[in-house]
Amino acid sequence: MASIRELEMKKIRDLENQYPFVLSFFENNKMNVEDYRDASLNEYLNHFSDEEIEEWAIDISKIKSDFEAYINQMLQFLGMEKDVVDSITILAGRDKYGSRESFDSLTIKKSEIISIVGPTGSGKSRLLADIEWAANNDTPTGRVVLINGEKPDYSIRFSTSNKLVAQLSQNMNFVMDLTVREFLELHAKSRMIENEQEVVLKIVEAANELAGEKFNLDTPVTGLSGGQSRALMIADTAILSTSPIVLIDEIENAGIDRKRALNLLVSEEKIVLMATHDPSLALMADKRIVIKNGGIHKVIETGAKEKEVLKELEEMDKIINTMRTKLRSGETIT
Amino acid sequence: MNLITVSGPPSSGKTSVILKTIEAIKKRELNVGVVKFDCLYTDDDILYEKAGVPVKKGLSGSLCPDHFFASNIEEVVRWGNKEGLDLLITESAGLCNRCSPYIKGIKAICVIDNLSGINTPKKIGPMLKTADIIVITKGDIVSQAEREVFASRVNSVNPQAVIMSVNGLTGQGAFELSTLIYDENSNIETVKGSELKFPMPSALCSYCLGETRIGEEYQMGNVRKMNIGENNGKH
Repeated sequence: MASIRELEMKKIRDLENQYPFVLSFFENNKMNVEDYRDASLNEYLNHFSDEEIEEWAIDISKIKSDFEAYINQMLQFLGMEKDVVDSITILAGRDKYGSRESFDSLTIKKSEIISIVGPTGSGKSRLLADIEWAANNDTPTGRVVLINGEKPDYSIRFSTSNKLVAQLSQNMNFVMDLTVREFLELHAKSRMIENEQEVVLKIVEAANELAGEKFNLDTPVTGLSGGQSRALMIADTAILSTSPIVLIDEIENAGIDRKRALNLLVSEEKIVLMATHDPSLALMADKRIVIKNGGIHKVIETGAKEKEVLKELEEMDKIINTMRTKLRSGETIT
Repeated sequence: MNLITVSGPPSSGKTSVILKTIEAIKKRELNVGVVKFDCLYTDDDILYEKAGVPVKKGLSGSLCPDHFFASNIEEVVRWGNKEGLDLLITESAGLCNRCSPYIKGIKAICVIDNLSGINTPKKIGPMLKTADIIVITKGDIVSQAEREVFASRVNSVNPQAVIMSVNGLTGQGAFELSTLIYDENSNIETVKGSELKFPMPSALCSYCLGETRIGEEYQMGNVRKMNIGENNGKH
């Protein structure tokens, strides 16, 4: 553990060399250290006049304790052997009427795809939230969620850099005014990865394989079509997000190859759970969870017959997609 | 009684988050009340009433809302205790990004939303930096990547806070938040003599006192000029 007593005596230049991530701490806390690189952190913090401290709402003792906390958090994050999540296990709880759920335990392994079906308001969000929180008989359902068969370290509930779950939902949009390249670089920076450029290219390539229409690195993210946005979000989540579990709330069937999208997530060793009302998507999963009255009502394995039906559904999807492309390019449907 | 101060920029989702959290807290048979502070207008008190929550509202009108908060919080706490509340939540909007209504020793929650822009964590001062819990809302409408970047920026300006996502519409995360805010060992009988976590900005210029005319000769007291280059445009 780095302690502030030692840190504050170091020159800013040395701090930046030793802990490159402090640059974003300085930047986000508007600490302009440019002319103070040869001064110690303490000297820098002591140079503010009383007027400046009041003016810019500077709280020196808070900055010091935050700086110490930040450095230790980042060191821990960087040094952490990423705990591989090989499986999650859900132990049964209760539905909203207090009856025990009709299964005992359900284990989902890495690279498995599970769909979640059930009427709106039946308790899908609660199930997803239980997983995200690694419920320990301390949520309204009384479920217990195990990671690799064990109770996890519950500090993951509050970790910003090591979240268990990444979420993709239907009405998500990009809101930043950035190009695809700038956007991915920004995300890569926040993940503190080393081979930034390589990863950025890999994501765009993967996204373009999913999207019907191609886009490039200079396209503004807000200018992407619905299908392109979804493709980029999925590729980015698969490749850049550290979260081992991906929760998907429906993938609309337009401008994106959904099967490939799921394969991409699975190939990056994610555990995929998706809530859906769409038959093709539901049947693409290995298993599906049926939710009723806030509880897990059934767990059904997708059988061989259903996989046959899926093929038919995929043919139908293909027909619709071909028609869409034709109509868009000005052809008539015969 | 427990006391929690919630604040955050306008429209960040404070009321929705509080309402969803109260739903979860009420299941534990705790008595919760809310005092809503705002500037010119609010009808959020009706939303609280509808949810069966005892509520009081205070409009600061021509006064700075955070100064108004500080001058009323003692009476507000007295009211809460008289009502026999287990938990009193105050809600106030941070209107100038500089003030914060947080009190030392009282749990402070800041609510900000993913849509407010990536530089928002930089722009908000003590209200964000001295909060104990930071709730980030509207995560369902931005991409996973933006959520991650936003949360990491928030973390860099307040690494000691608990940062969590709550969806004010579906309530996802509200139950989890509710487990963090009530502490049965805490009992606030009064805040008399307590101190604000951070001093509010010094003001008092002629405009504070009702001056409406523009021009240097009408400006008195705490006045400062921005630096816009050569002689500030004077010939």
